[in-house]
Amino acid sequence: MRRRHRDVSAVRDVSFTIAPGEMVGFLGANGAGKTTTLKMLCGLIYPSSGRVVIAGYQPQQRHPDFLRRITLVMGQKQQLLWDLPPMDSLRVNAAVYGISDRDANRRIAELSDLLELGEELTRPVRKLSLGQRMKAELLAALLHQPEVLFLDEPTLGLDVNAQAKVRQFLADYNRRTGATVLLTSHYMADITALCPRVLLIHQGHLFHDGPLDRLASRLAPERHVRLELDEPVVAEAFAGLGRLDSLHDREVNLRVKPQELTAVVAQLLDRFAVRDLEVNDPPIDQLIGDLFRQGRL
Amino acid sequence: MRIFGLNRKILRVLLGTEYAHMLEYRAEIALWALSGVLPFIMLSLWNGSDARSALGMDGVALDRYFLSAYLVRQFSVVWMVYDFEDDALTGRLSPYLLQPLHPLWRYVARHLGEQLTRVPFAAAIAAVFFLIQPEAFWLPSIGRFLLAWLATWMAFTIAFLLQSLIAALCFWSERASALERLLFIPFLFLSGLLAPLTAFPPLVRTLAEWTPFPYLIDFPARVLAEQPVNLLAGFAIQLIWILVLLPLVLLLWRAGVRRYSAMGA
Repeated sequence: MRRRHRDVSAVRDVSFTIAPGEMVGFLGANGAGKTTTLKMLCGLIYPSSGRVVIAGYQPQQRHPDFLRRITLVMGQKQQLLWDLPPMDSLRVNAAVYGISDRDANRRIAELSDLLELGEELTRPVRKLSLGQRMKAELLAALLHQPEVLFLDEPTLGLDVNAQAKVRQFLADYNRRTGATVLLTSHYMADITALCPRVLLIHQGHLFHDGPLDRLASRLAPERHVRLELDEPVVAEAFAGLGRLDSLHDREVNLRVKPQELTAVVAQLLDRFAVRDLEVNDPPIDQLIGDLFRQGRL
Repeated sequence: MRIFGLNRKILRVLLGTEYAHMLEYRAEIALWALSGVLPFIMLSLWNGSDARSALGMDGVALDRYFLSAYLVRQFSVVWMVYDFEDDALTGRLSPYLLQPLHPLWRYVARHLGEQLTRVPFAAAIAAVFFLIQPEAFWLPSIGRFLLAWLATWMAFTIAFLLQSLIAALCFWSERASALERLLFIPFLFLSGLLAPLTAFPPLVRTLAEWTPFPYLIDFPARVLAEQPVNLLAGFAIQLIWILVLLPLVLLLWRAGVRRYSAMGA
């Protein structure tokens, strides 16, 4: 018996620059290469080729000054000691980062206020809810006031309220400190709420770098037109009026190119007895979800 | 001044935290302390054996040797490879690697915290031993006690570095603890846990002395039991092993971290 090996490039030809203070969303399906990229950016793994520079440092050298400037938060992993209250781990972090007791107390008070953490900090981590734990993890990761935040699924598994609170906290933190944030999330709400700019990575390649709405128009170059008619009509009647998506009795769904939309809508109103008409952009999360499911790019 | 990221304040906070952490496991640690009674089993076997005279120790000296071996083992036992392997495989190592403190210090602190937790259990077992064998009771002089403490601490350092060397192989093999189990066999035979080194044939003894194992139990135990031992040679060899192993650990660690794939993270 022999073990077979195959080399797989997790990330290839990915190149981008992020300005100080930017909040950037990092999108991609499972296995697309986003976590690998994030690990390279924070210095956890060595790139086999290429160059990474963060705040003037090469991350893989893990220079102590570089480590003091960054933080990595992983939604499913924790640095807090499971059997002790978060406060004990916070004290260790304060000592490791050389923060004086006075400054540490002030920062803990400030951050716990923003995160709405109180007596949870003095209860063993194992007795906290997932949301409380995640907030305490964030506090531990931000105690040294990093300039660059790498957040990998920071809201994973949280309920809707807890997700919203973490999002709000991250937005506040960015505003108050001017920190640069690179965020991966499966929840589009995280990205749409926090990140004016998104990077989309697919099979190790960078597919999109720019505003989210431009990604939407790139992924869905057609608008959705939904019609409700007075009487059923055969499919052939819609020839030349965009692409027929579905036809059920009196309900019709069409896809129309943006530049033809006005003319097509005018013709539809002219030719058919229309009871209702809607023009929509497909939701971005649906588009990206479709994209990931179909693996098409 | 920081040594691989460590300064006095970090050491103090880490030790306090890890002691509190280990107190949460005190019941488990009591069981570990109880499970380390192999030297007492060996003592009873040797006491009932005709081969006892070959050990070169009389009854009381043998009692004291095995009690000392037990105590030295209690305060020099190292299990970091298992913790490290778990941390490396589950991704818990990743946040440690991203802090300006060498991750090995955390494992050192865990062990020291655990050793502090063991003190009352080890003392209780020693007390029970003296109740059963009152003629074996002795109190080492302060000087001897301090020397034994130093020898035990150096034994712990050697054992820790040996395991760190194996643990660093996790960066390549993922299941390095299997190697540790392999190392446990020569340790068991050559360290002095089963029999004092004087019981071995001269050739085996000479070979054993070229390994670090006798300096993990036999040497510190003899110092504590106030038995004739070449202190200068013993400490010098312990120091040499530390000076040999430390750069090896640091080199292997540096090479290994380059291969780290942050699994599970």
